[in-house]
Amino acid sequence: MVSETIELRGHIIDSLILPKVLDQILTHGANFKIGEIKIGERRADQSFARIEVSAETSEALDELVLRLRQHGAEVIERANVQLASAPADGVFPSDFYVTTNQQTFIRFDGKEIEVQPAMINSAIALDRKKESARAVKFFDVNKGNEIVVGHQGVRVVPVQRSTTHTDIFQFINTVVDADEPKSAIIRELGEELRRAHAAKGKIAIVAGPSIVRTGAGHHLVRLIEAGYVNRLFAGNSFAAYDVERALYGTSLGMNPDLAFARGGHENHLRAINTIREAGGISAAVRQKILMRGVMHACVRHDVDIVLTGAIRDEGPIPGVTTDIIEAQKVMRQKLADVTHVMMLATVQHSLAVASMLAPAAKTVCVDIETAAVERVVEHQPLQSIGLVTDVEPFLRELAESLSESRVRE
Amino acid sequence: MRELLLCPPDYYGIEYEINPWMSRAHGAEAALAQKQWKELHGRLSNLDCDVHLISPQPGLPDMVFTANAGLTIGRKFIPSNFRHKERAGEQPFFAKWMEQRGYEVNWLPENLYFEGEGDALFSGDALFCGYKFRSDIQSHRALADILGCLVISVELVDPRFYHLDTCFCPLPDGSAFWFPSAFDEYGQRAIREQVAGLIDVLPEEAMHFSCNAVVIERDIVLPAGAPRLVATLQDRGYRCYELPMSEFIKAGGACKCLTMFMPQREKC
Repeated sequence: MVSETIELRGHIIDSLILPKVLDQILTHGANFKIGEIKIGERRADQSFARIEVSAETSEALDELVLRLRQHGAEVIERANVQLASAPADGVFPSDFYVTTNQQTFIRFDGKEIEVQPAMINSAIALDRKKESARAVKFFDVNKGNEIVVGHQGVRVVPVQRSTTHTDIFQFINTVVDADEPKSAIIRELGEELRRAHAAKGKIAIVAGPSIVRTGAGHHLVRLIEAGYVNRLFAGNSFAAYDVERALYGTSLGMNPDLAFARGGHENHLRAINTIREAGGISAAVRQKILMRGVMHACVRHDVDIVLTGAIRDEGPIPGVTTDIIEAQKVMRQKLADVTHVMMLATVQHSLAVASMLAPAAKTVCVDIETAAVERVVEHQPLQSIGLVTDVEPFLRELAESLSESRVRE
Repeated sequence: MRELLLCPPDYYGIEYEINPWMSRAHGAEAALAQKQWKELHGRLSNLDCDVHLISPQPGLPDMVFTANAGLTIGRKFIPSNFRHKERAGEQPFFAKWMEQRGYEVNWLPENLYFEGEGDALFSGDALFCGYKFRSDIQSHRALADILGCLVISVELVDPRFYHLDTCFCPLPDGSAFWFPSAFDEYGQRAIREQVAGLIDVLPEEAMHFSCNAVVIERDIVLPAGAPRLVATLQDRGYRCYELPMSEFIKAGGACKCLTMFMPQREKC
């Protein structure tokens, strides 16, 4: 969407010029937002309205604005962005503009250019020749790149709440506490995932090791088998716990099927060794070494697995990206087209994912700690639901509600 | 006593085409035009009017249409900024003439087109102004700034009725007669909301420039060819004088186009 700000002055109420202009905007398939309006008090007093007009393309906007000018609309000239050169590779000029995760436009040479992708905590680099602007991280920038500085000429478009009342994100944008009921919300979420799946949306899971440790892995497997997961983001430890559970029935030596069972780290290391020996997770599935569990289900159902490393990792399991810069790039690429994300019991990984999401993505964060849920939800204020709960009952109920809805179909 | 400004049609003729009525192939007959203008001049002089004449200028055939000289309110004269270069030469003659008679000349910014009383007529406390074909809506705001009155801007959509005074004629009782389809939907609504007792003119009568009438209290001087309108006006107690205007209609003008009030209103 591109936009211009217009102003109308004069006897625009009695002459019906204001409603005429607004009607023309809508009949041309464009939208408006009234920024300011002052209505004259006496008959002879003039009125004033400042209106932001937005259209799909700059051509459509130009044509519309030309028509509106006939009815007295004056276009407010917006200033161009200010630019400075990057002083060295990997260094932004001081006073560089820091992005949000909202849709952002910059004005350059009288035109609006959308910044791609909408990515939080980045700078904006302008390519004059291509008339394009991209959000860049430190490692993306080269000496001499033109970077936006200050706030002038930058326009941020917040995500609009859905007005169709068809999904739970319209009603709930908050954290549901531990002592509040969740069944109805989980059922609604199931419906939302079903709609997303039918509409060919991309659903991602960010999975923490607690899923395996609490014995909720097989609920996640049901979601994968039913086609509700397109991508799985996890750390080395999640994969290791899941493989250990598949091969030995334990996770970190503990068997979730037995009350109060305790064990050592031996199975954990043996499991990692087995996968390393097989040549990776997919290879282990092919060789029928890995026969069950979440990773197995992902391989069998073509779920894209994005595994990244951490300092404490054992192994790592082959396929885990351990270079953090490389990991950020891969995650960003794999998140670009994601429409729905469920972040389950992993606060650090969830925060990383939330910072890379497109502004329109809808997120659900589940964690047993209120503070963790609140931190993640903050990144997506209009499009997220946070549930403070153990992940096992959450996944169990979600898997059940989705299998129920499949039965209904 | 109302004061009016007219211009003899000594140099009048169809020398260019700037509206759908004009055709150089069907020029005006000079002798007949003189006769029709003299009849108008005589009729207005016989009413309670003081008729002033400005000297016509060679090369400015449309100077005869004095309604487009500008807009006069009290002792203020706001000269026109003509859209077509063919008429732009009239402006200095009208402005000088008014200035010499002691009117305070208030110029509009020269980038705003405005064609005087042809597009600006008072009804009640509001100045109705037409826009699109000749005047710009931006000029209306400039008028409101100068005059401090309510200005109702209405869009004209039929090129045959390119000035407001070709399709809207206010009456002293606060009503008006008009040809609605000359206006867009919003203009029609705005006029209906502001003006009570509107008389709709039939399309076949509007084509005779019936709305282009000079109203002096209960007397109305209008082009011949609108028997239904005349009957309605007579029912409301107006005296109507129907004049032949064929030679001026060929240029897209009639009684009102040939007349400017000095002033149209004493004050807003």
